[in-house]
Amino acid sequence: MDVKDIIKEENLVYSKSKVLTDNIMHYCPGCTHGVVHKIIAEVIEEMGIQDKTIAVSPVGCSVLAYNYLDIDWQEAAHGRAPAIATAISRLHPEKYVFTYQGDGDLASIGTAEIMHACNRGENITVIFINNAIYGMTGGQMAPTTLEGMKTATTPYGRRVDLNGYPLKITELIAQLPGTCYVTRQSGHTPAAVRKLKKAITKAFENTGKNKGTSFIEVVSTCNSGWKMPPVKANEWMVENMFPFYPLGDMKDE
Amino acid sequence: MAKVRGAIVVDVEKCKGCGLCAVACPSSVIALAKEVNGKGYNYAYMANPEACIGCANCAMVCPDSIISVYKVKLEANA
Amino acid sequence: MAELRLMKGNEAIAEAAIRCGCDGYFGYPITPQSEVLETLMARMPWDETGMVVLQAESELAAINMVYGGAGCGKKVMTSSSSPGISLKQEGITYIAGAELPCLVVNVVRGGPGLGTIQPAQSDYFQAVKGGGHGDYKLIVLAPASVQEMYDFVDLGFELAFKYRNPAMILSDGVIGQMMEKVQLGDYKPRLTNEEIIKRYGSWATTGKTADRKRNIITSLDLDAGSQEKFNIKLQNKYKEIQDKEVRFEKIACDDAEYLLVAYGSSSRVCQKAIDIARGKGIKVGLLRPITLFPYPSKAIQELLPQLKGILSVEMSAGQMVEDVRLAVNGKVNVEHFGRMGGVIPTPNEVVEALEEKFIKA
Repeated sequence: MDVKDIIKEENLVYSKSKVLTDNIMHYCPGCTHGVVHKIIAEVIEEMGIQDKTIAVSPVGCSVLAYNYLDIDWQEAAHGRAPAIATAISRLHPEKYVFTYQGDGDLASIGTAEIMHACNRGENITVIFINNAIYGMTGGQMAPTTLEGMKTATTPYGRRVDLNGYPLKITELIAQLPGTCYVTRQSGHTPAAVRKLKKAITKAFENTGKNKGTSFIEVVSTCNSGWKMPPVKANEWMVENMFPFYPLGDMKDE
Repeated sequence: MAKVRGAIVVDVEKCKGCGLCAVACPSSVIALAKEVNGKGYNYAYMANPEACIGCANCAMVCPDSIISVYKVKLEANA
Repeated sequence: MAELRLMKGNEAIAEAAIRCGCDGYFGYPITPQSEVLETLMARMPWDETGMVVLQAESELAAINMVYGGAGCGKKVMTSSSSPGISLKQEGITYIAGAELPCLVVNVVRGGPGLGTIQPAQSDYFQAVKGGGHGDYKLIVLAPASVQEMYDFVDLGFELAFKYRNPAMILSDGVIGQMMEKVQLGDYKPRLTNEEIIKRYGSWATTGKTADRKRNIITSLDLDAGSQEKFNIKLQNKYKEIQDKEVRFEKIACDDAEYLLVAYGSSSRVCQKAIDIARGKGIKVGLLRPITLFPYPSKAIQELLPQLKGILSVEMSAGQMVEDVRLAVNGKVNVEHFGRMGGVIPTPNEVVEALEEKFIKA
């Protein structure tokens, strides 16, 4: 059978979600952001909630996330997305409100906002991209940077006596009674993508049921910041990030 | 026994040549082209189209959502 | 029959918010304005009008909640006092940059730093000249009575929505804490999402429906050319506000040879000072700016032919005096008199300053 006989509308089994725009993403080749954007778009499309979803984008590489998902967005000041989402959710209790934040945004400058939003049990979903580095500003140390990991501001590797310890903020978040679902996922293989999609679906369903805060960490790569090709970055993540940031549910109530 | 044949369409100009699709493919269908697209990336293509089973693994891990997947079931003796 | 009530200025802010159909208040305690949040929490407006009231974890969170609520097209506000308003500057510049309407109340206390908890007017520059980074302006209203604290909540929201611009009530510890009789207005219903869209257009994040493009609330534009275009648009808006929204009060100006310029609680001190000065035969009047941006420069200019001198009276080292001098442009001598650090000037001190700087000189 010829390839052109296979490529027909009636044989289409997978294509770009309609909730994704046609804009070319500004992310580097192989960046996990694109994978997560895609999964969120698919969940929104499958749940039929495009007109009920309001998202808050952070400062960091995903500052322009609003260019890629065809939903209403608010772009936050650095770290403040959970406060903005709090107000949106309280003033639009019927809407699906989520924040999309990186490790610098959520676990460094915005630590107070994320802790208190989760502790209040705001009825929102938090998507937390942890690639252990500041991508947008050129690869500086993040709160989640691993011990010994080289970045632009830890050129000889992160030293805990100098820089403190990498922050497992998701474990802290899981302790807060306001959260109903806390999980750590990834998106580097088809199986991981399927699991992540299930997690995001569950989180959005929790919002629909007014259950409180759902928090999903996505252990991610930053091949530019890590200075390695995309495939190598995935391997490095599995070898180095997963032992310190183990995947799986921490809480599902 | 029914045999499955698949095919993918890569939006060549939007491909950034990250190669994650090639790694995700269980049938070693995908490779990066020697030629580059308008942005200078070695784009993904079906180097071994006969082997494609239309599993969509490549499209699932594609960060830029530029792969469409097609699949047909063939009769055993077709 | 109008409903009258004796209340504190801070309580008047809270009552006005509920009655004008405010959708949300997000605050954080700080002296001397904590009664705003306390009054709202005691009033429980969520049962009455559905208004959301939330004590945030910080001033930063509070102002960003205002951003989020304003981005939904809702009537939202916050209040604080000077150190807290400094923390809110980040959010305020983002709100101005995203062209969101909201109301911020500053019950000013003495500074810099933690300063004092006593009243001051030393946040004038911060309020009128921008405060945060970038070229932007707030609409700034300066109440001089508890009644005006009440009235300016509704007015502030009206102007904020008319121009899609943050508005500020620049009050101080005197007006916030003192009690006066207030005539309360009728309850205005909160607007529904549909009414918001009908009245103000569909720019807010209310959920992307099939009939429109997605709405994005942002202050980011990485292209310098289009960022400049946006800045020009903002400047045109500020010019329109300057042309149309100036508010002021003139007292005893008809035959005045000397003019006091003062706003807020200083203007109340000046009213008494006029009586004392006129008792001594000094013909002095008062111009009280009600809007600090837009500033009543023209009103001052129109009085210049009859004036021998102008005294700007402020509880600061002299901030508004610069705007008076800009308006006067050297045509008449302009001097400043003020007390700082939370000290309120007495009427006699004002008269003495007037005599010293103009009559004796």
